[in-house]
Amino acid sequence: MAEPMKIRASMAGDTADVKCLMNHPMETGLRKDAKTGAVVPAHHITNVTASVNGKMVLDAQWGGGISKNPYLAFKVKGAKVGDTVVVNWVDNTGDKNSAEAKIG
Amino acid sequence: MHAYSHSERFDMNMQRRSILKGAGAAGVVSVAAAAGLLNPATAFAADWNKAAFDAKGVDAALTAINATGAAASGDISVKAPDIAENGAVVPVEISSSIAGTESITILGEKNTLPLIATFNLMNGAQGYVSTRIKMGATSNVRAIVKAGGKTYTVAKEVKVTIGGCGG
Repeated sequence: MAEPMKIRASMAGDTADVKCLMNHPMETGLRKDAKTGAVVPAHHITNVTASVNGKMVLDAQWGGGISKNPYLAFKVKGAKVGDTVVVNWVDNTGDKNSAEAKIG
Repeated sequence: MHAYSHSERFDMNMQRRSILKGAGAAGVVSVAAAAGLLNPATAFAADWNKAAFDAKGVDAALTAINATGAAASGDISVKAPDIAENGAVVPVEISSSIAGTESITILGEKNTLPLIATFNLMNGAQGYVSTRIKMGATSNVRAIVKAGGKTYTVAKEVKVTIGGCGG
């Protein structure tokens, strides 16, 4: 199982600010190992979804061009204090992780 | 959790995707879910656009995501540093004030694989994403916004002193 991820959500006016940090190497499949010269196989998150109270708000596809240990922030209008935000990811090896937070 | 090897899990995942794509998927999925193979809450709605992410060159990537001929728009902003000391971690913030913004796509024009990410937004998600991207060389960070069946774009140049995509 992947390392835990961090998520924080807070209201600013009528909009929730959601910020999320994931732990992932995000290997592009293009990088060569400095010592062996062998290509490091691709290992990166491919899909990220987010929901508020079970309703999907974000559905993303990622390549290896997102930085290692990805940061993602997004804003959701109409959310309320106490709503539950869930962020899920899955990578190209089938590994996955999710985290949830109550909007504060 | 069952102790699947990496490759077995990968196969299972591919299988799941083809199941989701097929007709009459709901029945198959619920059977799979009942068997403990799938957690419906984490079954992803979208596939991964392999052709677009594997595209080398901006034009090929734009073609693969149906975004050729995007109109320049002043209603999109790309916030990124003018100079990035480390191309491996370039903070990028895209905002779109175009009504009905459905998706935001980010490309690094000189990256070997230019397409970085596409974010589909719905159910109150605003035309805004902030993340950190890799840039192989000084180039434009391009944002593509889809709204109401139309495609809009804007770009901002980021000078990179140490590339983030090589080895």
